[in-house]
Amino acid sequence: MDRELVIIGGGPAGLAAAIAAREAGVRDLLVLEREKELGGILNQCIHNGFGLHTFQEELTGPEYAARYIDRAQALGIPYRLSTTVVDLQRQEAGLAVATVSKGEGLVQINARAVILAMGCRERPRGALNIPGARPAGIFSAGTAQRLVNREGWLPGKRVVILGSGDIGLIMARRMTLEGARVLCVAELMPYSGGLKRNIVQCLQDYDIPLKLSHTVVDIRGRERVEGVTLARVDESLRPIPGTEEELDCDTLLLSVGLLPENELSKAAGVALSPVTGGPLVDESLETGTPGVFACGNVLHVHDLVDYVSEEAAQAGRSAAAYLQGKPSAPSRRDIPLTPCGAVRYTVPAFVDPARMPEEVTVRFRVGRGLRGAVVTVRAGGRELLRRKRPVMAPGEMEQLTLKRQWLTGDEAALEICAQEAKEGEPSCQ
Amino acid sequence: MPITELVCISCPLGCPLRVETDGAGRVIAVTGNTCKRGEDYGRREATTPMRTVTSTVGVTGGTAPVAAVRTRGEVPKNKIFAVMEALRGVIVPAPVELGQVIIPHIAGTDADLIATQRVERREAQEENQFAE
Repeated sequence: MDRELVIIGGGPAGLAAAIAAREAGVRDLLVLEREKELGGILNQCIHNGFGLHTFQEELTGPEYAARYIDRAQALGIPYRLSTTVVDLQRQEAGLAVATVSKGEGLVQINARAVILAMGCRERPRGALNIPGARPAGIFSAGTAQRLVNREGWLPGKRVVILGSGDIGLIMARRMTLEGARVLCVAELMPYSGGLKRNIVQCLQDYDIPLKLSHTVVDIRGRERVEGVTLARVDESLRPIPGTEEELDCDTLLLSVGLLPENELSKAAGVALSPVTGGPLVDESLETGTPGVFACGNVLHVHDLVDYVSEEAAQAGRSAAAYLQGKPSAPSRRDIPLTPCGAVRYTVPAFVDPARMPEEVTVRFRVGRGLRGAVVTVRAGGRELLRRKRPVMAPGEMEQLTLKRQWLTGDEAALEICAQEAKEGEPSCQ
Repeated sequence: MPITELVCISCPLGCPLRVETDGAGRVIAVTGNTCKRGEDYGRREATTPMRTVTSTVGVTGGTAPVAAVRTRGEVPKNKIFAVMEALRGVIVPAPVELGQVIIPHIAGTDADLIATQRVERREAQEENQFAE
């Protein structure tokens, strides 16, 4: 089978990308989704707070997804459900997408362009080095969320949650509402990576303690979790002997970070960022592999789905322009965006002044909390942008607008910097 | 005078608020805020805190065992568990439509409980498996 454009993933990113590509004139496209319905992770995020930026109202995850699913169906965008992409390879012209489904077995789809929209997955227990037994009753927070919200099962009655990411906080409330007792949320760091709103409305509303600078040092139980041992950690995050505390529980939830899911990207030879784990992309969200675009949580983990939709729509438009053979300036010259100060990474990682539109949105995250912050964009000694931000936090994605008119095209690099005003002038070159 | 201590959630700053009320629950002063939104939040949260409640109800004959629901609008915070009690054990037949009222004026509040997720009848989805 041949397709102009294949979109891998039918969650918020894949749907917004498909809609934008179709609206930009791509007729022959196909969305591939491994679950039995469209919508991705939003289907299990039944809490409210989605869509404030896009729709100026507070929707739940499934309601937000439904807006995009309805739009995609109204546009007649074809999709395949219960279909898993198992391999992605470059070939002479375009890409070979290998899919597996129960109905059709192994099917290869040849595509001229591909949009990666596979999302992310949770960091598992194995990545944490928690000692102790390996009984049943240890779940990632997202797995528990699926069990409760999609399957209708309560995975435990007495719960300890390790990690104060937003999914952990949301599940602390959800399990409590369903009748479980959540003993505490333990967070390794001295601060929570979750949103303030979730700390207040998911923990404080239900008197669930948040134990900062604490971690799980032991898990007890043979068949099923019987308890965990918490300990306080020092500044270098090592458990402090003598601070251990035994908690009897039947369930441990892990909410300890998300990782972009890029096995297919790697198979296709797409270059990845060591910081985000997602592809390195230019201003059109094209990866280093021609015709392969990326958006959403497979590119970098987002905090708000609204930004996923925006970014994915841009990937859809870029893929359409690629397929229609638009601009493709002959001499392509990429200027790297260099993170400095507290900035950990930027998306895009490169811009091409010859190809870029008038304005490009640059998204980034900081690696530490800042108060009285200044964000700057500099090229060599020349300052292109300076903006004040009263507060910046690692849990929140930031963005700025880069204008083509600022650039001469001769810049060696653009430094994207965030630091506190009291730290003085940016000194990172 | 009773003092309520809160963390403002109006923006990422998270200002620590102190809300002073008289014996009758009227707000005398909000301090610790750095903007007007903080004051409004403090007043509201100290006197009449409201929340949207989201959960699930059971579904029979559908493509999924449960459907997500929420209160249409917010309910008083002290009614959260009454809302949960009222929806516990509720089972509705498929199909479930988006926005369908599951329980009107749940737990004696002003808010209806509505479905936030479609659930199709079981046979309906099988035809839809390949919607190409």
